Amino acid sequence: MTDLFHTPLHQLHETLGAKMVPFAGYAMPVQYPMGVLQEHIHTRTKAGLFDVSHMGQVVIKGQDYAAVATALETLIPVDILGLGKDRQRYGFFTNEAGGILDDLMLANRGDHIFAVVNAACKAADIDYMKANLSGVTVTEIADRALLALQGPAAEAVLSALNPNAASMRFMDVVNLSLAGAECWISRSGYTGEDGYEISVPAAQAEALARELLAHADVAPVGLGARDSLRLEGGLCLYGHDIDTDSTPTQAALNWAIQKVRRSGGDRSGGFPGADVILAELTDGAARKRVGLLPEGRAPMREGVQLFAQIDDERPIGKITSGGFGPTVGAPIAMGYVPTAQSTIGTTIYGELRGKRLPLTVAQLPFTPANFKR
Amino acid sequence: MKFTEEHEWLRREDDVVVVGITEHATTQLGDIVFVELPEVGTTVTKDEEVVVIESVKAASDIMSPIDGEIVEVNTALADTPALANDDAIGAGWFFKIKPSDPSQMDEYMDEAAYNAFIA
Repeated sequence: MTDLFHTPLHQLHETLGAKMVPFAGYAMPVQYPMGVLQEHIHTRTKAGLFDVSHMGQVVIKGQDYAAVATALETLIPVDILGLGKDRQRYGFFTNEAGGILDDLMLANRGDHIFAVVNAACKAADIDYMKANLSGVTVTEIADRALLALQGPAAEAVLSALNPNAASMRFMDVVNLSLAGAECWISRSGYTGEDGYEISVPAAQAEALARELLAHADVAPVGLGARDSLRLEGGLCLYGHDIDTDSTPTQAALNWAIQKVRRSGGDRSGGFPGADVILAELTDGAARKRVGLLPEGRAPMREGVQLFAQIDDERPIGKITSGGFGPTVGAPIAMGYVPTAQSTIGTTIYGELRGKRLPLTVAQLPFTPANFKR
Repeated sequence: MKFTEEHEWLRREDDVVVVGITEHATTQLGDIVFVELPEVGTTVTKDEEVVVIESVKAASDIMSPIDGEIVEVNTALADTPALANDDAIGAGWFFKIKPSDPSQMDEYMDEAAYNAFIA
């Protein structure tokens, strides 16, 4: 793992006994001695601290917020102009075919937009914005770490360092001082739990992480549990559940496209693939991302082929994420099926080690979201 | 007790051999969430896949270390797969096999050799 980038918390991960793995060019902790299952449950019951410094932090600046938002709306089909100051929103870059180039979080910081993009896509995203946006500057923030503190105890833990953390609502963004560090904090995350994402200067990241870990309710949590948490939360992982072959409607992400960008809206269209995406928003798509509950205990993972009937020759789709859901206590999965098979309660079949085993189309998320609205 | 390079352990119990995987293996695999066992009465040959283990991370196959007939499987693992993590060389055993050629056991490591192997 000598060619891998290290995050500012690398030394701390090793001290904590993390098992490090390569991920998107970085050496990242997949688990700590507690193990994936317990780290997952700890996050759902207390609080987990995640190092997500591999993700891209990007500042996009222009003449004013409206100029930046208007420019970004040419690449992203969500309402960025109407995003309130110090509020955050989910979005994605689309391509001419209506597929998804990457998903991201966008925050209105008054005179600029602060974006968080996927690690594997960050170089491409930044080049893409630079090539396609005029009148704005796009700057990767490489000198800050990104921590996520997630779980029902997150508010109490962070409030102990700065009481202002408690008054934030879901998707609020503020600058707060934590353990002497000037942090950019959002009340959001990717686990389905209440919590915060904290951008902290690299030099102060380890001290802040140690301060948070000193709280009895906080345990370090690796990428393994991050994956099972987001899967239970019904959240898409780019490159797996969404990619350039999936459109927002197919991916069941219609909720992310506000009315103002849809047909009949004041700023309808004007983004790559608008013809496809607007038509699907109105008419539906031929296939849809759904939750799937395998019967029995055998997990069905990414790539498992799905069939409408137990003895059908042709698959109707495949699983894009799957595994064991520690909080659900059973195997869970997500995948794409034709709209005809996408109704909750439909039984379909997955081929596992040569056997066709039943799965039921299920409501997403698998565990109820626990956000502070 | 004998050990394979695939991290299985074999323990003679009268005329049958009990087979499981070592604590070293279960630690590497992580939390085990599913174990698929062979059917009792199946005749298996050495290196044939007989057990599938799913951990939170991935699926792994366990091969039969010797030729023989499966005479008993640990049905407790179906409901409590974590037994394999919690008590790898005891309650977490996988299957009992009646060897057709007990001398196949001889090629495997004893405990000291295995401990040196994983060190």
